Amino acid sequence: MTTFLRRVAVAAALAAAFCGHADAAPSEQFFPLATYRVGAYASSGIPVWAGMIDYLRYINEVEGGINGVKLVWQECETEWTAEKGIECYERFKKGLNGAPVAIYHPNGAPAAYALSDKAAADRIPLITLGYGRTEATDGAVFPHNFPVMLTFYSEASAVINYIAQREGGFAKLKGKKIATVYHDSAYGRETQGPLKLLAEKYGFENIQIPVADPGNEQSSQWRQVRQAKPDWVFLRTWGVSTPVAIKTAARFGFPADHIIGDIWASSNEDVLPAGDAGKGYLALTPYPGGADFDIHKRIKTHILDKGRSDLKDPKSFGSVYYNSGLVNAAIAVEAIRAGQKKFGNRPLTGDEGRWGLEHLNLDDARLKEIGFLGLMQRLQLSCSDHEGGGSVRVQQWDGKSWKLITDWVSSDRKTLRPLIDAKSAAYAREKGLVPRNCARES
Amino acid sequence: MSNLSHQLPAPFEHAPLALVPRAIPWGAAALLIVAFAGVPWLAGDYWLNAILIPFLVLSLAGLGLNLLTGYAGQTSVGSAGFMAVGAFATYAFLLRVPVLPLPVALLAGGAVAAAVGFVFGIPSNRIKGFYLMATTLAAQFFLEWVFTKFPWFYNHASSGTIAAPRLALFGHDISGPVGRYLLTLSVVTLLTWVARNLVGSRLGRNWMAIRDMDTAAAVIGIDVDHHKRLAFAVSSFYLGIAGALWAFAYLGTASASSFDINRSFQILFIIIIGGMGSVAGNFIGAAFISLLPIFLSQAGQALLGGNVDPGQIQNLQKIIFGALIITFLVKEPEGLVRLLAGLRERLAVWPLRF
Repeated sequence: MTTFLRRVAVAAALAAAFCGHADAAPSEQFFPLATYRVGAYASSGIPVWAGMIDYLRYINEVEGGINGVKLVWQECETEWTAEKGIECYERFKKGLNGAPVAIYHPNGAPAAYALSDKAAADRIPLITLGYGRTEATDGAVFPHNFPVMLTFYSEASAVINYIAQREGGFAKLKGKKIATVYHDSAYGRETQGPLKLLAEKYGFENIQIPVADPGNEQSSQWRQVRQAKPDWVFLRTWGVSTPVAIKTAARFGFPADHIIGDIWASSNEDVLPAGDAGKGYLALTPYPGGADFDIHKRIKTHILDKGRSDLKDPKSFGSVYYNSGLVNAAIAVEAIRAGQKKFGNRPLTGDEGRWGLEHLNLDDARLKEIGFLGLMQRLQLSCSDHEGGGSVRVQQWDGKSWKLITDWVSSDRKTLRPLIDAKSAAYAREKGLVPRNCARES
Repeated sequence: MSNLSHQLPAPFEHAPLALVPRAIPWGAAALLIVAFAGVPWLAGDYWLNAILIPFLVLSLAGLGLNLLTGYAGQTSVGSAGFMAVGAFATYAFLLRVPVLPLPVALLAGGAVAAAVGFVFGIPSNRIKGFYLMATTLAAQFFLEWVFTKFPWFYNHASSGTIAAPRLALFGHDISGPVGRYLLTLSVVTLLTWVARNLVGSRLGRNWMAIRDMDTAAAVIGIDVDHHKRLAFAVSSFYLGIAGALWAFAYLGTASASSFDINRSFQILFIIIIGGMGSVAGNFIGAAFISLLPIFLSQAGQALLGGNVDPGQIQNLQKIIFGALIITFLVKEPEGLVRLLAGLRERLAVWPLRF
């Protein structure tokens, strides 16, 4: 009988869990966390969630919320897949106990693509930092997609600008050879368009060398690199193919300090497996590694030292991925703050969150105030520009940690904008969308 | 006269013309009425988008593979590859032949998948079992590569993904959750009905004869090679339509990586857990594979959320899920459908036992 009762109790508890939650008056802002703590990408995800949660906790416990509005968050496992990502989104989109969702991070390219239409229908803005559709920069066609800070187009332009800096001016680029070793996927091929355009503009030779997935054997590619004798290699690999590329480059005698890794080849996890071969390796990133920024001091005092951090391994504090979590969370928090200026100091809905994002303006003074100066670039979004920044910092691996070797290197977004406009127009045609008139948006 | 009838079979001219009167399937009819009329009213976006649509599509995919593996006895781990063919072909038809209505585009996508399946089924003339599985593995990797390598298939989109251009039927926009659910449900119902009749027809009985012993089947005059290739084609037709629904009715977008080897394994698990050689088993298996993890995740969040490290909860769910699969298969190796049938038989005589 007791076992029977216990079974009934468990069943009832599970049923209650499945059926949802009671409503309450919204006094809190819901911050959904679509995470991946298991699966192939868990090791890179875990520090990201730690960064996000630590920052939210810091906002709640030290600053008393966003203008007094406390944040609540809940996790949902996506395993970096589209279908679980959809499940999490559907679970979260109505909010939590009445606390509404203002901004959603899909955290993963497959989920971001799958949610694009659904979020537009539900009027919830999606932040995709460093991934997602490049053409979503055009907010007139993609009102709810925000590929903030750095698209792959800007990344390509920034790397050329950095090389020009190193070579001593754009005039010196003429006749230089720049090879792109890329993961042969949509992500890897994304920079081909802008690099072609820039090669025509500056007169460098644009060499494209694909690495088939997963890329754990790259001798033929680096033999090709050795034959071509490029001045620089732009490394656009991903996952296991990055350390393999660095090691193979060393074997073929290509100097690591002339390889520039892209945003997804710029973390500690990318260079550590390469061992000594990674010494001197360059990488560009919109969220550099390092624990000396002002925000790190604040979080260390108020969260880490009090044992309130979500970080399991304290060594990851200040790693590239941890910092990306901080930056992602900070953009959302600041966008909500921007929205509150118009809608009042209360929890915002998705539509109001979108307005906040489109009126986000983080200048140096504001970045200094929130402790992100140096970690985050100046960012100003608008209806027609959902990217905003377009700058990167270049960091160099010294064998143990990343050292920042440049200030923000900006990209030539004006030159690339026609390419983006053409792509967004093609998308609008394919889907039969009528773009917003950004001149009339306020 | 009459005392002889139980000793000798009745002469042919006296045999009943109708064998067994067909019972009206009241249960299935009630289920369909609820699914078509009740669910769209009652279920919210979460139930439609995150639970029911993927469940139905996976059931259809399981049905496709079950026709090949459960009925015709040909092993395959290339199911996701054929789903990809269906998705990309339907996309190509919708995009490049805009006059085609959605059902025709779906059918055409399925037909292209069937043709591809037919081609990849040719090796089954010569090889069997694990060796055949290896060739379907090759199909899986080849098809995935094709849809990554050639930008024509995804209309040169830089993201490599395809998105449903339009979901409209007779002028009605069906891109909302209810519209997509009803589209999926109609397609799945129709194809399930076709499959049920197919496996009872001569074609299905020939397949089963081949499955049970292909030499014997050849001896009684069945064209074994032809039937095997046909099984590949029909199975791929089902999988192709499931792939198109997966891409357009469920995800709203797809790329080659949506149809990777893991999806093939997922479908294979559906038929193994649900029950090989059974139509209903696909639905039970799909429910188990797709709904149980969601249930575990919700339960984990409600019971342990906030107190236990989220990473540990995720791993715990994986452990429970795996343990349940093993338990069920040990208890009933023929799948959940057999387990349920056994349960029904026992309940029929409950509480008495023999």
